Amino acid sequence: MATAVQDVLGTSVRRTEDPRFITGKGRYLDDIKLTGMAHLAILRSPYAHANIRSIDTTRAKTMPGVIAVIVGADIPYNPLPMAWPAGGASGLQNNVSTPRTLATDSVKWTGEGVTAVVAETPEQAIDALEAIDVDYEPLPAVVDAEKATQPGAVQLHENAPNNIVFDWTVGDKDGTEKALAEAEVVVRERLVNHRLIPNPMEVRGDIGWYNPGTDEYTVWMSSQTPHIQRLLLTAFVTGIPEHKVRCISPDVGGAFGTKIFCYADMALVMFASKLIGGGRPVKWVESRRESYGSTIHGRDHITYVEIAGRRDGTVTGVKVKTFANLGGRLSTIGPGIPTTLYGRVLSGCYKIPNVYAEVTGVYTNTTFVDAYRGAGRPEATYVIERAMDLFANEIGMDRAEVRRKNFIPKDAFPYDNPSGLGTAVNGEKIYVDSGDYEPAMDMALKTAGYADLEAKRAEAKTRGKLLGMGLSTYIEVCGVAPSKWIGAVGEGWGAAMWESSNVKVHLTGKVIVTMGTQPQGQGHETTYAQIVSHELGIPMDDIVIQHSDTQGTPFGYGSYGSRTSSVGSTAAIKATDKIKDKARRYAAHMLEASVDDIEVDGAEYRVKGSPDKKKTIQEIAFALDLGFSLPAGMEPYLDETAYYDTPNCTWPFGTHIAIVEVDEETGETDLVRYVAVDDVGKKINPMIVDGQLHGGIAQGVGQALWETAVYDDDGQLLSGSMMDYALPRASWLPSFELGETVTPSPVNPLGVKGVGEAGCIASTAAVANAVNDALSPLGIKHLDMPFTAQKVWHAIQATKGGRA
Amino acid sequence: MAEHMTEHIALVVNGTPREGDVEPRRMLVQFLREDLELTGTHVGCDTSQCGACTVTIDGMAIKSCTMLAVQADGANVKTIEGMQAADGSLHALQEGFWAKHGLQCGFCTPGMIMAASDLLARNADPTDDEIRHAIEGNICRCTGYHNIVLAIREAASLVRAGASAPTPTSITA
Ligand code: FES
Ligand code: FES
Repeated sequence: MATAVQDVLGTSVRRTEDPRFITGKGRYLDDIKLTGMAHLAILRSPYAHANIRSIDTTRAKTMPGVIAVIVGADIPYNPLPMAWPAGGASGLQNNVSTPRTLATDSVKWTGEGVTAVVAETPEQAIDALEAIDVDYEPLPAVVDAEKATQPGAVQLHENAPNNIVFDWTVGDKDGTEKALAEAEVVVRERLVNHRLIPNPMEVRGDIGWYNPGTDEYTVWMSSQTPHIQRLLLTAFVTGIPEHKVRCISPDVGGAFGTKIFCYADMALVMFASKLIGGGRPVKWVESRRESYGSTIHGRDHITYVEIAGRRDGTVTGVKVKTFANLGGRLSTIGPGIPTTLYGRVLSGCYKIPNVYAEVTGVYTNTTFVDAYRGAGRPEATYVIERAMDLFANEIGMDRAEVRRKNFIPKDAFPYDNPSGLGTAVNGEKIYVDSGDYEPAMDMALKTAGYADLEAKRAEAKTRGKLLGMGLSTYIEVCGVAPSKWIGAVGEGWGAAMWESSNVKVHLTGKVIVTMGTQPQGQGHETTYAQIVSHELGIPMDDIVIQHSDTQGTPFGYGSYGSRTSSVGSTAAIKATDKIKDKARRYAAHMLEASVDDIEVDGAEYRVKGSPDKKKTIQEIAFALDLGFSLPAGMEPYLDETAYYDTPNCTWPFGTHIAIVEVDEETGETDLVRYVAVDDVGKKINPMIVDGQLHGGIAQGVGQALWETAVYDDDGQLLSGSMMDYALPRASWLPSFELGETVTPSPVNPLGVKGVGEAGCIASTAAVANAVNDALSPLGIKHLDMPFTAQKVWHAIQATKGGRA
Repeated sequence: MAEHMTEHIALVVNGTPREGDVEPRRMLVQFLREDLELTGTHVGCDTSQCGACTVTIDGMAIKSCTMLAVQADGANVKTIEGMQAADGSLHALQEGFWAKHGLQCGFCTPGMIMAASDLLARNADPTDDEIRHAIEGNICRCTGYHNIVLAIREAASLVRAGASAPTPTSITA
């Protein structure tokens, strides 16, 4: 008799990956040591903008341990691909400039790679960089996206006049302008969503190995997307055929978007390994300082928002003009972030009839900008949530009530938002599929004690503190994405976005599941095993989840855009469905019954009405994998693969409330409480889901209060090390209070929505609204982030007629 | 060109005497990771900010990226690899981090655990605030710290309930 297997789906089981991490046995990229491995270091531009006149490597070649010195002209590869053009009204760009493996003629930001040294040790490689003489012709630089588009500004690329990559629009311009002209109230503000450096705790790195025996390459990379990188590096960059390259992501120490992309160093280690010969692998690992110039940054928008409405609180129109800084050259999907993932969700969770946005993507002499946790959606949330507060304050209405009045009603789903989520090739749109926003907001208001705000404010004032409460009622689009939509001409990632899973039930009853997704801390090895255990009735201990190696896993698009739990998990369920279907047919054969009479209960396959006639999945796998007795037409083995394309995205939502106290004397801001009520649908493992929310909230709070990437006018990164870039520390944060409502997603069988980005999307706006609320009694209408003590102090002083 | 000068060092790592010839500029973290192949100790920055490289020396948490290997000559070093008992059972902190989901990507975790072991050796029942201050030299980008605080509190209560106490002055793991 089979013992009942405990159903672990929806429970907070401990993570199966943790034993290796808590004992120091994780294996991250820099932990890999291969026989004969050489080390590569990259000389990076000290100038933000310069022409390269000449490079003299003579001295470096004679330095101890140096094996090779490589310049851009040595490398026959193409520039990196740009896979997500903005498209839309701006048309397809013909002004794309992406990095080359090493720069050849010019550099466009401090940190662009110019020369590389391969040496016996990392120290020798770094030492030899100092012996390379590059003759630069320095050029003036521009770092501000709005200024870069002005006449007379420094030009970065000949084919991009005024440094404009694209002018993209979405929504109804005439209707929105009419709504603005006819409105009782219009509020206008300039909002800066400043630049961030994502800072996963593990930096990036790669190891390239050319095997001269097979003429094949293996590339280990700290990447979220090994399958995509193999595709991009072969089809677009190196010209090496795809079947000659294998990409492997070992344990990845955090990513937050930064490790989605195709980077020059990936191609460089491949080139270097073949160049030095002897089958020697070549390793490159960026230093933290280096990573600030060699790995993407996030955000960096300047936005003019106009919000129009009636004095009864109804919002009738929102018009947005945004300058999106994309850096000196384009990263893999840079243009897709401030367009599709920003402009199309600008109306948030509100039913606003007229929305129009113009987004100008701009080249500047800064590190390239691409998807950082939330990617476009935190920027959109920031704009609409600040705008709702500005509007509420202008008409003198409660901020929560203005939100309530404009929420998309719960019976309006599926909802087609007016900024449109894109028309797919066949004319189909993406709809906001579900939502019920009021209960989440009410729960958050109650938990945070919103009704007592004025009393709290008065009490704080007696302590010299300005107390503020900030709301962020967000939605996010995640679970990206239906391939037919994402593949629409000029609007999508130039690829599909389905996911894959292969499930094998081996002869011994043990299960190996291989996935096309790639974890960076989210606990995939646990949650997928929970799902497969639930579906097959096999204990979790008998299931292993494998991933992140193009050789051993089916092609998949990787993990980002909060897509793994909805798209990846559904692929796993589809694969187990096929397993169950075949097991059922084989059980019928074993039990000499008709297939229709076989019922499945966990691991047991029984003949209806004869409960004693049954086989377990393990017994079925044993017989079927041996294949001694097969029904006509049936193949041996329980081995099934599913490729799953989602019919829609998923739409988590919720209300976050931050409570801050600003010291009126010093300008110092303290986050005293943080309440988050999220609806991320059903939870596969609540402990892991809540962990994602906590981490995301901390990152968003970090942006609002401390983190900022600062360039001087010459394009030097002033916040160029972890000493200068303030990452949140434990003592700066309170413990966040989480609540939930559960509206299952109708899109997938598990009812899950995705949670990796939600916290980060909501929290920045909540804290920004809280600080602005705290300052509002002083007559301050809007202050930009980050709310450093210095900035807030100056703002307070200015209201008192003091120094500004 | 002449070989770099090296210095001979001898120290105890996780209870085992170890020796090596190191360049004077070699950091302790490189000696541990590259020479001794103890890769559980990580490098997350180059400015002594992140704490991923935290180990203990005579029970005191230090950032091994900030100490030269030659400075550790004669020292008693403990790394994450030395936290499990000889029978393989987990240290209370390892147990706490696992039970309370105190880690996501795991990259900061060894440093966090070593920093926390210093705290628990000094303070058997720390408050949340004391925990948050004790680990403020260690950055975690994944967890938002909430579960790390719970994990360390859990470990403290396990220790108080009689699980293996951190032994800061003992050289045996
Ligand atoms: S590696 Fe960051 S503090 Fe040592
Ligand atoms: S768990 Fe990833 S940095 Fe802490």
